[in-house]
Amino acid sequence: MFENYDPREGKLLRLLDETGKLAAVPDGMPLLPDDRALDAYRTMVMSRQVDEWAVSLNRQGRMPTYVLNKGQEANSIGAVMAVRPDDWFVPAFRELGGMLVRGISLAQYYLYWYGNEWANHMPREEMHMLPISVPVGSQMVHAVGLAWAERYNGSDRIALTFMGEGASSEGDFHEACNLAGVWKSGVVFYAQNNNWSISLPWSKQSASATLAEKAFAYGFPGIRVDGNDIFAVYAAVRMAADRARSGAGPTLIEGLTYRLGAHTTSDDPSRYRTDAEVKEWEARDPLPRLETYLLHKGLLTQEQTSSIRQKSLECAQAAFEEVVNQEDTLLDDTFRYLYSDMPEVMAAQLARRQA
Amino acid sequence: MKVLTLIEAVTDALRVEMSADKSVIVFGEDVGLEGGVFRATTGLQRDFGEGRCFDTPISESGIVGAAVGMAVAGLKPVVEIQFSGFAFPAFNQIVSHVARMRNRSRGALTAPMVIRMPYGGGIRAPEHHSESVEALFGHIPGLKVVIPSTPHDAKGLLIAAIRDPDPVIFLEPARAYRAVRQEVPDDGYTVEIGTARIEAEGDELTLISYGAQMIEARLARAALAAEGRSVELIDLRTIYPFDARTVVESVRKTGRVLAVHEGPQTFGVAAELMATIMEKAFDRLEAPPARLTGPDVIYPMPRGERHYLLTAEHVLAEARKVLSYEP
Repeated sequence: MFENYDPREGKLLRLLDETGKLAAVPDGMPLLPDDRALDAYRTMVMSRQVDEWAVSLNRQGRMPTYVLNKGQEANSIGAVMAVRPDDWFVPAFRELGGMLVRGISLAQYYLYWYGNEWANHMPREEMHMLPISVPVGSQMVHAVGLAWAERYNGSDRIALTFMGEGASSEGDFHEACNLAGVWKSGVVFYAQNNNWSISLPWSKQSASATLAEKAFAYGFPGIRVDGNDIFAVYAAVRMAADRARSGAGPTLIEGLTYRLGAHTTSDDPSRYRTDAEVKEWEARDPLPRLETYLLHKGLLTQEQTSSIRQKSLECAQAAFEEVVNQEDTLLDDTFRYLYSDMPEVMAAQLARRQA
Repeated sequence: MKVLTLIEAVTDALRVEMSADKSVIVFGEDVGLEGGVFRATTGLQRDFGEGRCFDTPISESGIVGAAVGMAVAGLKPVVEIQFSGFAFPAFNQIVSHVARMRNRSRGALTAPMVIRMPYGGGIRAPEHHSESVEALFGHIPGLKVVIPSTPHDAKGLLIAAIRDPDPVIFLEPARAYRAVRQEVPDDGYTVEIGTARIEAEGDELTLISYGAQMIEARLARAALAAEGRSVELIDLRTIYPFDARTVVESVRKTGRVLAVHEGPQTFGVAAELMATIMEKAFDRLEAPPARLTGPDVIYPMPRGERHYLLTAEHVLAEARKVLSYEP
């Protein structure tokens, strides 16, 4: 199927257009079922509200620097929905939606940006997920190792990992793709190309016309999808996951998307991009697009949309208060979890701090 | 018991642990078919199969990063970095992920692995093949750093490292690989990480070293013994967390100390030893704590190695100064 969407021929997989109309889905292409599309919508609204409330908290001085997902939600929601709950999910740091699909609580998510490592406490067998990874692209090689271990253990679990388009300039992007190609790893690489690495546009990031076409040099397929179309994201990841699970090797998916918000709450995007560009992408926002589809199909009513929005906001607000009322990071914790057994020299340092 | 060189003891340790534990995986550049450029993994691919001992592309960050994923999933990767001077592309993975996984996930995820690498000079190797990097790794919270100087310790420490629940940087002194032979037990014994070894007792001076520099320190001690001087020789063996207790007890006994290492002086291992000694043995010192280390220069290419490396004569001269010091 991927050969019909060769990025080198300028092809792009899109199923749901900007007006919320679903195209005829080619034979054999996986289609996100309606009930799951409704789940995806609820998750997308939740992600949006969690973001907006965090921004508001940040302006009130109650939330430290926060990374925004607004506009990109369809990528990680559709992708994580397309793999099994026990497949490994290795995020970068703009995959709130996917994390919600995995069952991360809002409080746990807020706790991360609030600044407490307990947010990363994700028991391996329950979550099959790594915590947010800040060093750009570095998590990609972890996915290759996870997939290697699963195959070694005789399991058919695969690994789905995310990165931004800027990660393609990092050495670990190359090392991960190269290893995965050579090892025919059970990995799906999903690049969220939002065109801006903070202030640097794709045109200055790479001389490559597309990110997806880099895959071919590593010996595996690459495909471009409309990352604001949850049906396209789901279909591509599902096909890539099947391919990975069958032992045929990795796939690189480039989701074309746009962050409608700032890079983080500390960033001012008006310094590097135009209002006109933002307006253009607002028209392609994945949320109203999916909403329109569901409304037209009679799977959702206008009344429900406002109540889902309102309830999501209330959940976000309650989750944050839960976080604020939680006991803060303990001095002891910052020492205790570094090694299995605390070395004497550290124990002495801890005792001094406690004195 | 069999008589082994240090590198043979490394191979033996890998063999023992691979036999005992199916989760132990060995990989790196040229470690499979070829058995490693120094031959540390000789025969492992033949005996355990390509699934457990295999070659990777030249990809240090990929090797260590993939090991992170494997370790999180429950395997025990033992990876080889071909020379410590090639470890730098993997630094991001080591600092940002290997060392942090347990702490940042508050114990939910761990990345126990052994990163083996030959280190140090004296083998007439090309540029970038002779660096001493122990202080760099010793400064990163979350890592253990181990350096054996004898075959017995190499096997026992490597087995301990493989069984350790935390990541261990295992630095092998390339110059000592085949310099010493020693009787080594056949079984899977361990040498506890974090313990120094008093190689020879004495009461006038504490001489501390590790790795290949132990070869020179032993010669210096023997020369001093011939002159009737009593020197306690300590092999530090673990750089982090180092055995402060043994070091301090010895210095409190002798009142004089000389620490010797090959790596650069500033912020080196000896600096930390000196600080600890000043804190814990100040009242018993009869001479200023002394260090004899590599200079703060780039490690030279082979024709210049002799300007860098410390010999037994250097150690002897410095030890005499410390022994004869009077306030």
